[in-house]
Amino acid sequence: MKLKLRIWRQAGPNATGRMVDYDIDGVSEDMSFLEMLDLLNENLTEANQEPVAFDHDCREGICGMCGVVINGVAHGADKMRTTTCQLHMRSFEDGATIEIEPWQAGAFPVLKDLAVDRTAFDRIIQAGGFISSNTGSAPDAHATPAPKLEADVAFDNATCIGCGACVAACPNSSAMLFTSAKIQHLALLPQGQPERYSRVKSMVAQHDAEGFGNCTNIGECAAVCPKGIPLESISQLNKDLVKSLFMKDGK
Amino acid sequence: MANILTTHQRAVRSSVVKKVIMAVTGIIMIGFLLMHMYGNLKMFQGPESFDGYAHWLKGDILYPIVPKGVFIWIFRFGLTASVILHIWAAVSLSRNTLKVRGSGYQKFRPQAQTYSARTMRWGGVIVAGFIIFHLLQFTVKVITPGFDPNAGPFEMFLLTFQQWWMVVLYAVLMVVICMHVRHGFWSAFVTLGANSSPRSGKILNWLGIGVAVALFIGFMLPPVAVLLGWITN
Amino acid sequence: MTPADFYTEGVDLVDTKAPDVEISKMWETRKFQARLVNPANRRKLSVIIVGTGLAGGAAAATLGEAGYNVLNFCYQDSPRRAHSIAAQGGINAAKNYRNDGDSTYRLFYDTVKGGDYRARETNVYRLAEVSANIIDQCVAQGVPFAREYGGLLDTRSFGGVQVQRTFYARGQTGQQLLIGVYQQLERQVAAGTVKMHTRHEMVELIVVDGRARGIVTRNMVNGKVEAWTADAVVLATGGYGNVFFLSTNAMGCNVTATWRAHRKGAHFANPCYTQIHPTCIPVHGETQSKLTLMSESLRNDGRIWVPKRAEDCAKDPREIPEEDRDYYLERIYPSFGNLVPRDIASRQAKNMCDEGRGVGPAVRELDPDGNEKLVRRGVYLDFADAIERLGQSAVAGKYGNLFDMYQQITGENPYEVPMRIYPAVHYTMGGLWVDYDLQSSITGMYVCGEANFSDHGANRLGASALMQGLADGYFVLPNTINDYLADAPFEKLADDHPDVVEAVTSAKARIDKLLSIQGTRSVDSFHKELGHIMWEYCGMERTEAGLIKAIGLIRELKEEYWSNVRVTGVNEDFNQALERAGRVADFFELGELMCIDALHRRESCGGHFRAESQTQDGEALRHDDEFLYVGAWEWGGEGSKPILHREPLNYKAIELKQRSYK
Repeated sequence: MKLKLRIWRQAGPNATGRMVDYDIDGVSEDMSFLEMLDLLNENLTEANQEPVAFDHDCREGICGMCGVVINGVAHGADKMRTTTCQLHMRSFEDGATIEIEPWQAGAFPVLKDLAVDRTAFDRIIQAGGFISSNTGSAPDAHATPAPKLEADVAFDNATCIGCGACVAACPNSSAMLFTSAKIQHLALLPQGQPERYSRVKSMVAQHDAEGFGNCTNIGECAAVCPKGIPLESISQLNKDLVKSLFMKDGK
Repeated sequence: MANILTTHQRAVRSSVVKKVIMAVTGIIMIGFLLMHMYGNLKMFQGPESFDGYAHWLKGDILYPIVPKGVFIWIFRFGLTASVILHIWAAVSLSRNTLKVRGSGYQKFRPQAQTYSARTMRWGGVIVAGFIIFHLLQFTVKVITPGFDPNAGPFEMFLLTFQQWWMVVLYAVLMVVICMHVRHGFWSAFVTLGANSSPRSGKILNWLGIGVAVALFIGFMLPPVAVLLGWITN
Repeated sequence: MTPADFYTEGVDLVDTKAPDVEISKMWETRKFQARLVNPANRRKLSVIIVGTGLAGGAAAATLGEAGYNVLNFCYQDSPRRAHSIAAQGGINAAKNYRNDGDSTYRLFYDTVKGGDYRARETNVYRLAEVSANIIDQCVAQGVPFAREYGGLLDTRSFGGVQVQRTFYARGQTGQQLLIGVYQQLERQVAAGTVKMHTRHEMVELIVVDGRARGIVTRNMVNGKVEAWTADAVVLATGGYGNVFFLSTNAMGCNVTATWRAHRKGAHFANPCYTQIHPTCIPVHGETQSKLTLMSESLRNDGRIWVPKRAEDCAKDPREIPEEDRDYYLERIYPSFGNLVPRDIASRQAKNMCDEGRGVGPAVRELDPDGNEKLVRRGVYLDFADAIERLGQSAVAGKYGNLFDMYQQITGENPYEVPMRIYPAVHYTMGGLWVDYDLQSSITGMYVCGEANFSDHGANRLGASALMQGLADGYFVLPNTINDYLADAPFEKLADDHPDVVEAVTSAKARIDKLLSIQGTRSVDSFHKELGHIMWEYCGMERTEAGLIKAIGLIRELKEEYWSNVRVTGVNEDFNQALERAGRVADFFELGELMCIDALHRRESCGGHFRAESQTQDGEALRHDDEFLYVGAWEWGGEGSKPILHREPLNYKAIELKQRSYK
């Protein structure tokens, strides 16, 4: 396959970026999207130019490190749940032009080219995305049964890989889907109950403090989520937050 | 500033709470619109019914618990408060979001959003403008194309919508309002936690569409009937 | 050249930390004997932990909870992305919730046997002992393990053992466990006990007066090379499977942290023990960057075959009639069939392909004589029988997500066309040598998780990697490191301390050297070539001649690397080519040591198969009389031979047996 790539190049956080055109030949349809970028980078190195920086690690769709906007869609796939690394070149036509841009959001500053800083997510988790349970203090695992139906929904939410596609796709750059996935994961398990309402308060407050926009229930986030975190999670976060305001936690 | 607030205080000031305010006030306004629409449909029952209803609204509700004419002010106050809170929350949220969001992709292909969802902000501004115009026209009566400020409610209605361009103008504005209501209705209930399963999400979506369509038809029937001469003096 | 020409002999090693009591009392005794640090003193002590996977993250969180000042580093942008996340199958624990006869002793026994009797008994027993606590701990943290309708935890049988002791979280147990760890870690970050440094790569170890006292990191965003000092250093930096270029490891996994420590005095134990996983998606071509594993459970219902005749290999498999297919595992191992252990299934697949009966695309590779040839590297894993027997929907219910993954990657529908699989490097049992306390041969440096060598012997049992990572991080290290820290705080080290300066300067010099070469070949091209050599000569089957040849090839390639590599850009930038360049440089040295270790171990055990040591039927043959020891290698210096120290293995609680799967 022969392709025309238009890639966002930006030298550093404070530099101005622009789209740069590259031609690439010899792409096989079995290659993953990132292998196609590897090939481009080999070609650039060959030509003594600086390769395109992009984040990636496990390349099997689970670590959440990779992620770029491809032809206007976060992770690049229409109607298919995938991460960038699991997108394969057979999804593209020979001779196609592919536009590649980094995640865009005020809270995700570009570090270089296609790599962005997503540490804001870590700080949202720091605010309360955990169950306070010191090592060694746990009761037997069977001490508290967890109803399967709720545990399954908790699991659905726990599958979030923190890639940031939800933020990238949101016209408001909101991280509500990410935040709600963690809230729901912990709120639906018996072990998560003691901190349930203080958790939602502090995580939402941190979400706002990090400079993510507000949610307008548009649904772009859930549409591009590689793990299928549903929009309902945001609704349930809202419900928990409203309830929490009538509780003393965190006053 | 932010770090001297308690977690609770930060949560109270959060975007989610502002959204809840928007949701509650939005639902109040949708309720008002439904009632307003119901009142308008009395046009089909003739002047006595319509004027009587208008009179009852302004004077007789809750009488004798409160003196005559007081309820309408309570009502106006509540509605105005809703409008103000709704706009305040919207402006506050939007200003922040527009400041922090990304600068926009060279190319972006929406995957889920509807036109109405995308146009909530501008739609809201147009709706606000329309409300002002509408109040100046029928409540304060300073803009009175085609009727005398002293005319009765039924007559005002009749004279206004016998002008085809007024019907067209209102039709266009109703489209904008109903689009705002469609996403607004869905969004309000989602914000209040009603979206708890894929099924409830679907139901809410259809309800939103249903309410928007009902409002459009209900509001446009009397003016169209007037224009077509089905309703006359 | 003979094997003995490649190394020098050192003195034997002994683990002095395991108390001399009955094995079941050993851990309790050691915990009691280990000196404690008063809670008020802990906040005066600092610990550096490199890595945020199950072992590193758990250790950081736990030491943070205890009140130490923890400095935690990872090369990813968030601790949540460590490669523990990719484990699919599950985690073993001797809970005996099934009432099926499981016990600490049975888990211990299975692990030692699975490791082909090359693991240290004492460590493995402790692992089995603390395994039950891990499950409790994870559930309390909100890890959503699979549950039954009664709300209790579900378990399944895994990796050919006869009890159902594997706890799992759909096909992503690793992710769920890591997120549990990550949440505890972030909780400590919020509490201020752990300082997290992401996008920081360790490039050197600081040793002062024989004690590990700090590390040097390169900030991967701006290139800043910095020294960090503390009272103790913990490495939890995972395995080194990426020396093969293609593996199931994440792209960033590397050996640099442990290798730098090795060069400063830490012994590297059993580097040649590599686990090759039989059910991975085959290589598609030259540009392949990594391999994807599919759960071993596929072998429960899928039948593995290749065409009987090489000329059928390019055909559509559906057109090859039953009588022309060779179900080779069922043929060779009638009683275990497709469920033979990982190493056997892997090696037989390689044999079939070497015979020219592989399937799938023909890929260019080097043969043992260094010539290029085209080989089809794949065998069929066929579900046609299972679909006929159980129905498509039942098969989809069991394996649906794996089939989807396969289809997404290969573009082929496994419900219609047999899957193609091939073995891939998956886990490295070798690692830095540690004693019972997990302390390496450098005082004050501890090693946890896959980065150490201790628990899996020559082969790792399925669902044991997660168990070991969490055991080390949550329960072992936090109960042994206190014995060392009881002597701390040590002298504060200023930035201009000669040993600190030396470490920083040498790290910088290395970076400058890599940037200054400005040759003609990219880092990746070297890495791929190294991978080819390692895979060919130090992969599933090793021979003396092949290994000697490989060592020569690696040395030549390394020399070319240091004179002809092209690293673009500058240090003071986000420079991924430079990151890779440093890692590949260390892979050369490691690769050479792996070959030397494989060369000296003239026996077949676990994941290490020496062609010279097999039974008449071609099965692995151990030599317990000669090789019942851990081979711990000491760095001999630049250009000098490595020094072999043997730690004899004493089996007191378990009787040695030869494996048989016929």
